[in-house]
Amino acid sequence: MIKYLKLHHDKCIGCMTCTSTCSKMYYKEENPAKSRIVVQEQGIGKYHLVACDQECRKCVEECPTQAITVNAQGVVMINSKLCVGCLACVAVCPINAMRYFPGQSTPFKCIACGACAKTCPADALEIAEKEESPQAKEYIEVTAHLRKEHK
Amino acid sequence: MELNAGKQFKVLKETTIAPKSVHRGYAMRTLYINVGTGEIKEKPVSEDMKKRFTGGKGFGLKLLWDAVKPTTRWNDPENEINIAMGPICGNTNYPGSGKSLVVSLSPTTGIPIDSNVGGYFGPYLKFGGWDALELQGKADSDVIVFIDSNTGLIQILEAPQNLPGDTHLLAEELTRAFAQDEQDLQAVSVVSSGRGAEHTYLGLLNFSLWDKRRNGVRVKQAGRGGIGTVFRDKKIKALVVHFKGVHQNLNDAADPAAVQRIGLKLHKEIIVNDDKQCKMRRQGTAHLMEVMNDYDLLPTKNHQYGQDPKGPELASWVWEKLFSQKLPDGCWYGCTLACAHAVDNFELKTGPYKGTKVCVDGPEYETAAGVGSNIYCYDPEGILEINFYCDTYGIDTISFGTITGFLMECWEKGIIDASKTEGVDLTWGNWKGACEILHKMAEGTEFGKLVGKGVKFLAEYFVNTYGADPQYMKDIALHGKGLEQSQYISKESLAQQGGYYLTNKGPQHDEAWLIFMDMVNNMLPTFEKKADALHYFPMFRTWFGLQGLCKLPWNDIEPADNAKWPEPNKVPDHVKNYCDLYTAITGEPLDWDGLIIQSERVYNFQRVFNLRMGHGLRNDDYPPYRAMGPVTPEEYESRKERYDKQLSEKLNLKPETMSTAEKIAALRKYRLSQYESLVDAVYKRRGWNNQGVPTVEHLQKLGMDLPEVIAVVKQHL
Repeated sequence: MIKYLKLHHDKCIGCMTCTSTCSKMYYKEENPAKSRIVVQEQGIGKYHLVACDQECRKCVEECPTQAITVNAQGVVMINSKLCVGCLACVAVCPINAMRYFPGQSTPFKCIACGACAKTCPADALEIAEKEESPQAKEYIEVTAHLRKEHK
Repeated sequence: MELNAGKQFKVLKETTIAPKSVHRGYAMRTLYINVGTGEIKEKPVSEDMKKRFTGGKGFGLKLLWDAVKPTTRWNDPENEINIAMGPICGNTNYPGSGKSLVVSLSPTTGIPIDSNVGGYFGPYLKFGGWDALELQGKADSDVIVFIDSNTGLIQILEAPQNLPGDTHLLAEELTRAFAQDEQDLQAVSVVSSGRGAEHTYLGLLNFSLWDKRRNGVRVKQAGRGGIGTVFRDKKIKALVVHFKGVHQNLNDAADPAAVQRIGLKLHKEIIVNDDKQCKMRRQGTAHLMEVMNDYDLLPTKNHQYGQDPKGPELASWVWEKLFSQKLPDGCWYGCTLACAHAVDNFELKTGPYKGTKVCVDGPEYETAAGVGSNIYCYDPEGILEINFYCDTYGIDTISFGTITGFLMECWEKGIIDASKTEGVDLTWGNWKGACEILHKMAEGTEFGKLVGKGVKFLAEYFVNTYGADPQYMKDIALHGKGLEQSQYISKESLAQQGGYYLTNKGPQHDEAWLIFMDMVNNMLPTFEKKADALHYFPMFRTWFGLQGLCKLPWNDIEPADNAKWPEPNKVPDHVKNYCDLYTAITGEPLDWDGLIIQSERVYNFQRVFNLRMGHGLRNDDYPPYRAMGPVTPEEYESRKERYDKQLSEKLNLKPETMSTAEKIAALRKYRLSQYESLVDAVYKRRGWNNQGVPTVEHLQKLGMDLPEVIAVVKQHL
């Protein structure tokens, strides 16, 4: 199973409580550029939310130091001690959910902690679980095979 | 293999030099190690040296110049192996930023060779606070040089006799020996060669990187010119560097956010465009195979032909299936172009490791062409076998492919037979025969050593010993200055003939690749235009080597709108990236002209260095005729329509009235005269006299009128 932040775009009212909660939690400051969830305005009263779906795992595949891994709950995590700051993960993310702050080495992303879901006044965010798709499993299996056969 | 951290090696000499932070891309010092005397010291880099030589290959050449005399030969103790990185090297944001430039006096050419290579060694060395490593002297018995970039400990260690001789075992064993724990394996990089380098002039250096996913060592090669031979002659078994703690701004960039922004821009371009362009991420440089075959440019049977119906058997899609996919196979962190592909679990069929399953690094285009079509081998398994053994024995695949093609042609013509090859059958396509040569090189048999002296030597040897036709041997031995040519057919592109042979170090594809501009797209119709290209591209491409950059992310990926820019062949948007990147790291402004001048200074210095070593005049700049046109009647007849048309259109001859021999002679005369005109135009454009000597005025204009440089030039003016 994969734990993830489920996004209800239609319920979002654009109040930015989530970005405020997130940046305060991880960066001790209120700054939407340092939030792991992004609120995009799409015309009057309509919003699109961006946060990692924890499923595509392209960043896990791309990371040259294996600083990005999948934890036991199926959440994609970054180990900043292993990260060399190349930002390949930022480039490869198809929905721009992997973010970085200019001048800061390690990128950041939603880890489904649920803090924003608790503070959202409109019930637009929710921590949920989903089945692992075959595509999500593929990367892990490819490398496991290589390690086994090669050594 | 067990991790044997803390394995004790006997210390012959050790010292600690405090690590130094890099500032704005430079450490402003270089590390000197004499493996003969045990001397270890730092040398300051002056502002003047930085200004004139920029870094990377520039520093390597400057240090080499100061170390050798005009009489120094490759195997004299004063010859050096210099590994230099450059100011941009080591950043993790811009793809292709992990190159080391290796410089030495070459065994095959007698002049400076420079070879660029990926792997983690260079950046890890730089992060200890070194712009270059200078290795001089000759040890009495095998040594390992260890540099800990975290602590500043530098040791010369005795290499135990039971260490393996070949890279795939040696690099892995040493990585495990010097890593402190499993997590530390990626913090170690090894430079090593192999047994083949001990018995030939074709030795290369393998630079390692630890592949966490494969849980093993991968290697990238500083292949050209026999630097591995110098390495083993110095009795250096390996260099080992340790550095833990790579992060985004170890270059201490003036504007680290700009470095991120410029890097991310290219990352995204690669992710979006690569599948529609070169497919480097899936196929690497092997994507070129069918393109070259289609355009009659893929060397076939020692460059006799550029095409064969069997060509598609080595096409990119064949390699894509063999390469392990979905892996970030870059040779330095942050290279999303990721062209360093490998074939995993390949079972060897010959030699001492027969039956072992190994990871084969490559093949890249040059290897697949050189030991594939060029020796008429269309079996990918054969190419992989040769590729693996070349790497692990420390043999350059490009030179080996060119030499083997030459030998197979000599075999076909009856110049050599099994009695002269220690029984090796060198029929076209017999890759097992090629492997036998490699094993003989590793063992050091007479034939192995003979072949390992290079194609220039072999051609002369076959004339003197077996009575081969001197002109024919001269025509088909593909080398310039003693360096074997790399793997493109240059016959129909005069500009590419210049691109290969009007080079500082000999014919390689590093300086200029003009075949498509010249031959396919006819963009260089006049001598002046060709000369402009043979000025611009070698200078531009030299710049990568000054900075510690790879050139592939320059034009093996392009912006989607590249064709709409003026001069799209120069990929102007990427040139701007490079200028901006240089400024973001060093804090110094740089524009397009300034970039070319940085290169031109070093390029001319290298030219003068050749003169100083007794080479580098006009007579050293000629191709063998095989690189210019059809040598044999078979070659002529195979492209009869093309050549007949040229005779009638360009020379107003009537080919239908002429014999093949007459037509070959007429075409040859014409092409040779064209080449002479090209040389005149290129020398003029480069600021050289008609003998290829840089003029004093030109050196003054560039700011390279150093007294020692002028003194050399004046002997030739």
